[in-house]
Order: sequence, then structure tokens, then C-alpha cells
Amino acid sequence: MAQELTGAEIVIKALVDQGVDTIFGYPGGAVLPIYDALFQQNKIRHILVRHEQGAVHAAEGYARSTGKPGVVLVTSGPGATNAVTGLTDALMDSIPIVCLTGQVATHLIGSDAFQECDTVGITRHCTKHNWLVKSPQELTRVMHEAFYVATHGRPGPVVIDIPKDVQFQKGEYTGPQNVVHRTYRPKVKGDIEKIKQAVDLIANAKKPVFYTGGGIINSGTVASQLLREFVRLTGYPITSTLMGLGAYPASDKQWLGMLGMHGTFEANNAMHDCDVLINIGARFDDRVTGRLDAFAPHSKKIHVDIDASSINKNVRVDIGIIGDCAHVLEDMLRIWKSKARRPDKDALSAWWKQIEAWRARKSLSFKTNDDIIKPQQAIQRLYELSKHRETYITTEVGQHQMWAAQHFPFEQPNRWMTSGGLGTMGYGFPAAIGVQIAHPDALVIDIAGEASIQMCIQELSTAVQFMLPVKIFIINNEYMGMVRQWQELLHEGRYSHSYSDSLPDFVKLAEAYGATGIRASKPSELDDAIKRMIDVPGPVILDCVVDKFENCYPMIPSGAAHNEMILGDDAEGATVSEEGKMLV
Amino acid sequence: MKKDETIERHTIAVLVDNEAGVLARVIGLFSGRGYNIESLTVAEVDQAEHTSRITIVTVGTPMVIEQIKAQLDRLVPVHRVMDLTVEANSVEREMALVKVAGTGERRVEALRLADAFRARVIDTTHTSFIFEVTGAPTKIDAFIGLMRPLGLVDVSRTGVVAIARGPEAM
Ligand SMILES: Cc1ncc(C[n+]2csc(CCOP(=O)(O)OP(=O)(O)O)c2C)c(N)n1
Ligand SMILES: [Mg+2]
Repeated sequence: MAQELTGAEIVIKALVDQGVDTIFGYPGGAVLPIYDALFQQNKIRHILVRHEQGAVHAAEGYARSTGKPGVVLVTSGPGATNAVTGLTDALMDSIPIVCLTGQVATHLIGSDAFQECDTVGITRHCTKHNWLVKSPQELTRVMHEAFYVATHGRPGPVVIDIPKDVQFQKGEYTGPQNVVHRTYRPKVKGDIEKIKQAVDLIANAKKPVFYTGGGIINSGTVASQLLREFVRLTGYPITSTLMGLGAYPASDKQWLGMLGMHGTFEANNAMHDCDVLINIGARFDDRVTGRLDAFAPHSKKIHVDIDASSINKNVRVDIGIIGDCAHVLEDMLRIWKSKARRPDKDALSAWWKQIEAWRARKSLSFKTNDDIIKPQQAIQRLYELSKHRETYITTEVGQHQMWAAQHFPFEQPNRWMTSGGLGTMGYGFPAAIGVQIAHPDALVIDIAGEASIQMCIQELSTAVQFMLPVKIFIINNEYMGMVRQWQELLHEGRYSHSYSDSLPDFVKLAEAYGATGIRASKPSELDDAIKRMIDVPGPVILDCVVDKFENCYPMIPSGAAHNEMILGDDAEGATVSEEGKMLV
Repeated sequence: MKKDETIERHTIAVLVDNEAGVLARVIGLFSGRGYNIESLTVAEVDQAEHTSRITIVTVGTPMVIEQIKAQLDRLVPVHRVMDLTVEANSVEREMALVKVAGTGERRVEALRLADAFRARVIDTTHTSFIFEVTGAPTKIDAFIGLMRPLGLVDVSRTGVVAIARGPEAM
């Protein structure tokens, strides 16, 4: 039976019916009716952030660690524009977000009213879809459609822009089961003929490699399980993108580590030399491929992706399969088993021998000393001292992010949240808050840089208010390290504006917010500091003072091929081609 | 490699839900990703169903054309995308209104040429004509070219509309 409710009540009821228990938001004039409706109910918990960008990143962390959509509520104008970075981040990394924005009353739209902005216009390019709801009659349908669109097919952020008068007016409410989207029917089952061809190609490979990505994580834990089963059945090596870490356990011997710009020597060389490349849920991003015309040049390529536009976008493939990773993996496994496929044993052992030789280069190694903490060492110690717990890691963007990806192994999916596509400094801390909300008893750590953390540091107030024991582990190298590294490599060491001058005292800063601050400056202090950080209840900043000039290696310089990596021990005098300098 | 670099011209029909912003979405896709639009036409084609049909003429390498279609197809309000250049044998038409001003010999010549192009006169004054001409874009180009020395003052073109031959719907 349809009920008459106010627009604001429809919003709340639809959220509840969609299974939402938490929203991240910030109030303002154009959403006051919804805030009033929130006040009068107790099914949905509202987390008050300190900046709307933080709300979206928190919702992203919530979504990525649970597999459920994250929900955001912000006001019109500046509330909406502040959310844009988070929305773009979610679009690039395929994170399901439903963002509700207030809008000025319908009769004021277009009049440059106070706090009016063209929210649907501005967010059209950074959402999967968006709606301006002009009457309460449409609201119930749009609310349910929004959840459907955000979570089906390739997930992504959606915006529902709701004018203030629509929030007050009455309209009919119906439940989600009554809403069927008119056009959007993403394909989840892959084409079975193509899957059969792919299985043939996989079975006959001599030098195969699995290259997996965030699509496996988005597809759900079943996809990770199926991937593990299939990869073990074949005995083939596997690597993954930054976004895909954790889908396959890092402790497994078939795991090569991450690939791409800061991937391992063995992963990138295996990609370069492979004869069959099996891409499942990754998108041939430029951080992964390096120079396109030298990318896996001798290989036949299989690409499984739920988004047809990802296939043949950057790299031409031989078999493109449009479908959800879990469905396609299930079919692959079934066909492999029913045809009693066996990998080519001799070829495979020769291939592994080659890979082991690459692995023996130990491309992630680094030298420690007694005087100064090496950033890689800090992350390794963090792992050792937290691995027995239910640990979730988020990161900011920069060298520390890459070191985290390299040196913090993940055994399970959904434990690693990082801004991959957009590379948003300021993502990690609010994301950690979202993760902690979803997993109150888990250990949630933001591995941060001293520059990045300042971009959303205000959320420390949120963490304190909601008693969220999030840990901020700052790899403090006093530089925008990644920028400094590129300046060293590309601009002859002219460190233009990349020094983190006038840093706050992070210990005092934590204390000023009512959190705990700890500092570790020497290797001998590191373990105790980390243990204390973990043991102290409540939010903590650990300011880990590290070597200022450490570079992140290995590295494929821009415009280079996978087999042209710079390794840490022969990085001296490395250069970048003129063409490479044009790239980011 | 060589073959993939060739630039092709494709006519793509897109059936969309006629909801607010749908045209902006399509155009934004082209500008945002750097694709070309040679012409674009749009109108509602089914009032009851609220569907509109957009016809886009675009140029690009085969890989870009494939991308354009895939990108259009993933827009949420899109029902169907059809590449009329490859998926079907199709007919294309464009209409133009062409204003020519002049007197004397030039005026007579304009009328005579219009007749040869089966252009209709839809407005006339002592010193001007407006012609309505329909056909393939190349025919319209040719007609406009001929009118130029005869006093062409204004042109309004619809852009291409296209439809597949045979009994099937899109
Ligand atoms: C919002 C934003 N602005 C600028 C950049 C460019 N950028 C990438 S890494 C980086 C430096 C990050 O410094 P820090 O957080 O200290 O990390 P480090 O590299 O030193 O580990 C910058 C400025 C970015 N990724 N995001
Ligand atoms: Mg730094």
C-alpha cells in the first residue's frame, strides 16, 4: 500500500528499506527538512563529518570494506561542490555511493539563489548517474533507482539532488520491490563461447600470468574465492593492480606481488614476457601498462570486465568477455574441470624457473641502519605488529601509499582501501573513519604522508566525537616525497615547492583534538611506538619520522616498458625519456 | 597498426529515455573524452514511452568508434545504441533551409538550380528566396556551394537523421 509522506520522510524510509544503517553528512539550509526527519527516528545513524569531502571518502571506506553502498547527505551549493572530489574518486575506483544533496526550492532554481549551484550539471561528469527530483511523486522511484544504479553493473557514485520544497511536500512512498529501472540492465553472465575459447587459451599457455584488479573485490568475496581456486588449479603466477590487493593471498607462492609503475620486478617482467595474459577485473590503466606499444608484446590477451567500455579501450585484446568476475570465474572453473584441462607441466616449470630468477633480484629490498627509520621498515614493522589482528589499512597518496602496497601483505579482500584512479591526497583518513564505523572492533590504520594528512585532518574531530579508535600512521619524510622523487628524476633535483615546511607538531595536534599523539624518530623506538599506538584506546597519531630522501623503487619511469624498470640498487643516474616527461 | 589508424565516419543512432539532462550527458561524453561530433540531431520519437532518438555522425579510428559506442551504451538512460554504418544498410537524410538574396539573372539561375536539386521554394520576396532542400549531406553541401555566388545569405541545417532499411525496428 502506498503511503503519503513528506519528501524528507520518503528519503529516510527509502534509506531504511535499502538496508542503510549509517550515513555520513553535514547539514545546511537546503537539507534541514531531511535533518529534521533524521532527528525523529533511530534506525539510521548519522556521522557528522567536518568537511563534505570527508563525508564521501568515509562513505567510500565504509563501502569498500563492507561491499555495501556508502551514503552521503550534504547541503546545496558549497556542500555539493565540496563533495565533488570524493565523487570523482568513487567514480574512478568504482565505489558505490549514494549522495543526497539539498537544492534550493524548485521555483528558485536558475535564479542564482543563495547557495544555489547546478549540482546535476557539476556532478554529471563525476557520477555514474544523477537526478534532480522536481516533485515528491518522483522521489520514491529515484531513491530506489539510485541504489540500484550505484550497486549494479560497474559500481559507482550517484547523486540525488532534492530541492527544499520537495523535502516538505507530500508524496507517495512505495518500497524498493516496486521499482524497476526502465533501461539499465547490466550484463553479468559472460558469453559462454568466449569463455570456452579463453579456457582453451589458458590451458595451452606456456608463459601465462593472471593480472587481476579491483573488479574482483567489487564482485564480492565469492569472486576472490573462485579466483583462488582457479589460480591454484592452474598453478599459474598471479599479480594484481593496486586496487585488487587482497583478492589473492599475498603469502601464497604463486603470488608475484603488485604490478605496474611501482610493482615488483618479477610481476612486471612476467607481464612483459608472458604469452597469455589473463586480465580479470582490471582496466589496463596507464599506471599498470607503462608504454602501450611495449606492453606484454608477445601475448594473447583475455580481458574480463563488467564494463564493455573497458574492453579494447587502452589495449586491444584477443578475447573480451563482458560480465561480472564471479560469474565468469565460475564458468571458467566449471569448463576447466569438465574438460579435465591440465596445464603444460614442462612449460610451466620453465616459466616458474624464470620467474624465480626475477624474484631472486629481491626488488623490494632496502637497507636499514640504526640511526634513521626507513619508511619501508616502518611499514614492515607495522605489519608484523598488527598481522594477528583484524586489520584494515587505508592510505593517503604518495610514496607511503606505494610502500604500503609493496610491504604490507594482504590475505583477504576488502582490507585495503586506497585512492587508485584519482590519487586523492586526503582520502585515507576519512576512509579509515568509514571503515571503523563499519567494523567497530577492528584495527583500522591510515598509512599517511605528512603532506596528505593535512588535507582532511579536520576529521580527527569526527573520530574523537564518535570515539573511533582510528590510527594515523604518518610516514613523515618532511617532503611531498613522491613529488620530490619525480623532481629528482625529471627535473635535476630542483625541488620546487615540495618541501613540507612549517609542519605542525603532530603530537600536539593530536592532543589538541583530544586524541593521542606519539612520535618515533629512531629505529629503536619504532616497535614500542607502534605497540602503543595499537594499544591506546581511541584515535592516535603516530608521527613516524623517517629518512627524508628515500625513493620508492622499483619504478617503471613514465613512457618506459615493463622490462625497463629502475631498481633501487641501480637507481643512480636514472633518466626519463623526453616523451616520458610529458606523461604524469 | 596501420589499419587501425584510418579515420572512419560513422552514423550512430541512440535510443534514450527522454529524461532531463540526457542530451547533456551524451554531448558531455563527447566533449569530456575528446570525441568528434559532425552532427547531432534529437527529437522525441515515442510520446507514450517518452523515448527520444539521437542520431550522431562522428569520425574516429575503429578503436575510437568502438569506444564511443561502448561509452554511449553505458549511460544509464540509454536503451540501445546502433551503428548504422556497420550494423545495417541504412538511409540517411538531412534537410536545409537556404536563403538566397538577389535580383535579375542571379535570381533566375538560383531558381533553375533549385529545380534541378528538387529544392522547394517555401518563402519568397522580390529580392529573396528560401529553399528547402533534402538529401544526403553531400547533396546539401553541393547545393549550398552552388548558391554561394548567387547571393547565399543564410543556411540552417538539421543534421543527419538515419534509419536502417528493411522491416525491423532498431
Ligand atoms: C589532492 C592532491 N593534490 C596533489 C596531488 C599530487 N601529489 C601526489 S603525491 C604528492 C605528495 C604527497 O606527499 P606526502 O603525503 O607527504 O606523501 P609522501 O609521498 O611523502 O609519502 C602530491 C602533492 C595529489 N595526488 N592529490
Ligand atoms: Mg611526505
